[in-house]
Amino acid sequence: MGIEQILAAIPWEKIIIQTVNGIVTGMILALIASGLTLIFGIMDVVNFAHGELFMLGAYVGVVVIATSGSFWLALIVATLVVALLGAALQITTLRPLLGRDPLTTILATFGISLVLQNYALWQFGPVARKIQEPFTGYFTLFYLEYPWYRLLIAALSAAIIGAFWLFLKYGKYGVWIRATTQDRVMAQAMGIPVPWVHTGAFAIGAGMAAASGVLFGPLVGVNHAMGLDWILKAFIVVVVGGMGSLGGSIAASIFISLLEAYASIWVSPAQAVIVSFVVLILTLLFRPTGLFVPTPK
Amino acid sequence: MEPLVAVEDVHTYYGKSHILHGVSLHVDRGEVVGLLGRNGVGKSTTLKTIMGLVHPNRGKVLFAGSQVTGLPAHKLARLGIGYVPEDRRIFRLLTVMENLRTGLDRHGVSEARKQELLDKVFAYFPVLAERRNQAGGTLSGGEQQMLAIARAMMLEPKIILLDEPTEGLMPRMVSQIRQIIDVLHRDGVAILLVEQNVPLTLEASDRVYIMEKGVVRHHAAASDLKVNDAVIHQYLGV
Amino acid sequence: MSKRSATVYWTGFSIILALLIVAPLVLPEFWRRFVTEILIWGLLAMSSDILIGYTGMVSFGHSAFFGLGMYGAAAALLMIKPPNLWLAIVYGLIGSAAVALFVAYFSTRLRDIYFAITTLIFSQIFYVVIFTWTEVTGGENGLSFRRPPLAIPGLFSVPFTSETLHWFVLAVVTASYLILRRITQSPFGMVLQSIRENEGRTRAIGYAVERYKIAAVMLSGLFAGLAGVLYAIQNRFAAPDFVYFLVSGETVIFNVMGGIGTLVGPIVGAGFFLLLREAFSRFFTEYYLIPVGVIFIAMVIFMPQGLLGFMRRWLNQ
Repeated sequence: MGIEQILAAIPWEKIIIQTVNGIVTGMILALIASGLTLIFGIMDVVNFAHGELFMLGAYVGVVVIATSGSFWLALIVATLVVALLGAALQITTLRPLLGRDPLTTILATFGISLVLQNYALWQFGPVARKIQEPFTGYFTLFYLEYPWYRLLIAALSAAIIGAFWLFLKYGKYGVWIRATTQDRVMAQAMGIPVPWVHTGAFAIGAGMAAASGVLFGPLVGVNHAMGLDWILKAFIVVVVGGMGSLGGSIAASIFISLLEAYASIWVSPAQAVIVSFVVLILTLLFRPTGLFVPTPK
Repeated sequence: MEPLVAVEDVHTYYGKSHILHGVSLHVDRGEVVGLLGRNGVGKSTTLKTIMGLVHPNRGKVLFAGSQVTGLPAHKLARLGIGYVPEDRRIFRLLTVMENLRTGLDRHGVSEARKQELLDKVFAYFPVLAERRNQAGGTLSGGEQQMLAIARAMMLEPKIILLDEPTEGLMPRMVSQIRQIIDVLHRDGVAILLVEQNVPLTLEASDRVYIMEKGVVRHHAAASDLKVNDAVIHQYLGV
Repeated sequence: MSKRSATVYWTGFSIILALLIVAPLVLPEFWRRFVTEILIWGLLAMSSDILIGYTGMVSFGHSAFFGLGMYGAAAALLMIKPPNLWLAIVYGLIGSAAVALFVAYFSTRLRDIYFAITTLIFSQIFYVVIFTWTEVTGGENGLSFRRPPLAIPGLFSVPFTSETLHWFVLAVVTASYLILRRITQSPFGMVLQSIRENEGRTRAIGYAVERYKIAAVMLSGLFAGLAGVLYAIQNRFAAPDFVYFLVSGETVIFNVMGGIGTLVGPIVGAGFFLLLREAFSRFFTEYYLIPVGVIFIAMVIFMPQGLLGFMRRWLNQ
């Protein structure tokens, strides 16, 4: 084939649309994965219940919108409520497990995820609920009417992650979190109340998951099982991005989401997830410490 | 007047290993006390027990007369115990300033006071002022040691636990550490000094304990030991 | 084991075995199936215990092994006429062994948490493949088939009754238990436990730790697949739901509840969990996982040795 024919055969429009879609999904995934990475980095806890915190955030959003009609209020309330719930969970179930085999925290958070999922099923039933977007409105992207809202999601997620990064770098408690992540023992010796830093970090991670839930809500139906797919993707992202690396998980989120978005041009979305699995396998084979972290010397 | 810090008959374990077999010692306000002994006798573990980083199975740890056994390390730091561990353990990915801030950002300390403390520490350690925005991990060994001590000073501690501060340092740095100990002493800060460097310890300390196999075997004024060094030979083989 | 405790052990074993043999004759239909199910899930949990309890590797991949055993059996029962029990078992074991090899190859190079996460993800890979490859696996709806007769070719062939199926399952599970027990007490089993205690030291002594781990995963996968085959035969269908990682999670719950590293514990844990499910379903209908989940979390925190460990300590007092 000649160059022109090859170029004509490439579905440019679809690729650009999928790039935008990939970035939108990638930013939401990045927000979820950041919380997971923060929690893992600071206290070596793999939070199996993270997807459920995402799901509960979406449901709180549903309830707040139903009573007040305001999307933005829903976003704020959901973040705060789930952050508090996260703190409560950490204090009751994870603090007693400090110092034990890390396996026990996986089990405990797995148990929490089961309880939260079924609680949501019990309270809200199996029928999916809808969160209304805060505004409708489209712009024309090639042959599609592309909702502005989707771009807003990406922008807001980026803003939240950016604010979080600034907090870590310059905030007083941000320094505490970074110190505790690096050396829990010396942080204690410096008077930093490490148990509370852990609780705070868990709460922040939970809040970020909840915010993702509300932001993502209008794109899909809100139901009790929505956390499951995301937790899997988030785990993949955390491993591919390098466990404990915030920058790595953000990069990996966008990378994987873009690849999946491109794949959906040719296969069904259900099959496109295989892309993330393949990326994981390749990472494990060739760069097990993470694709986006420098290989340790 | 009760001692500032006292441990009474403390038994500490690491897992199943019985490290401290009933250690008793004390440090009075403003004193410099040395702790000597061969490697592995439990000197570092004694410091960690005082700091609350490990908890004894038996025995008591007292601070200014009150029992603090079992309290978590961050509470002891807030009470006024500073800790400078073996191999320094500064926060490598934090800048020098941020390292200092971990001790500086406490309740009830005014901004003015914080600035005073910073100025003081930068005056003692000018090289830290130069490198204040550099990551801790980029500093040399000697600079990291200074940062570790400076960081502990940010807590305005009543006592600083120093674990082998001169290990691996050049002679010039060793004498700098010696001077810091004097300065802290002048400021009224008590010091519990664990060291392999015997002459330095004897010079700097008021009293010295010698440990062997998890217990204190000998206890004397530093001046006595300078004269009667047979004891030193016996327990340390130097 | 000392002479005395060996006697106690085998006496206890025989009593329980006798009870299980008699069970289908005295219990009503519902409870008969219930006991059979406990045995099957118990076998799955036992296989998982090889990894969790003996080698110290938490795996969330057992749903893949179980599921492939199930689908392997389904393949045999659908493709080969007349449906043959032994071929179903063979196909199922081959299926699960293949999956186990695949998972083992990639995952065993990882430690602890990373291993757990990757086994979970692999489990999901198989789920997605099975769910979407509708032509072969029946997709969402799964496959249904007829139960094969209990047959020895050339000698006899009699369809299973509820009782004989129970006895067959009991025989398979008991045999598996005895085999696994023998293995855990063998030098191989000792090496696995040494890996759990201190992997670095085991490696330093000179053992090829990776090879032992792969062997452990294969062993675990085989028996998990066997459980899948039994389940397929009992229920006459194979569905992707069983490959979803939640099944792996429930398996781990059985292990923890019963007591890891005991082989018997997981069966007890499976029984305990299923009983709790029955009990709570009366009050909470399908939301039984809420109270059961809370109980599980409490057990992780307060009774990490599981029921067996708890009873052991209680008996020692």
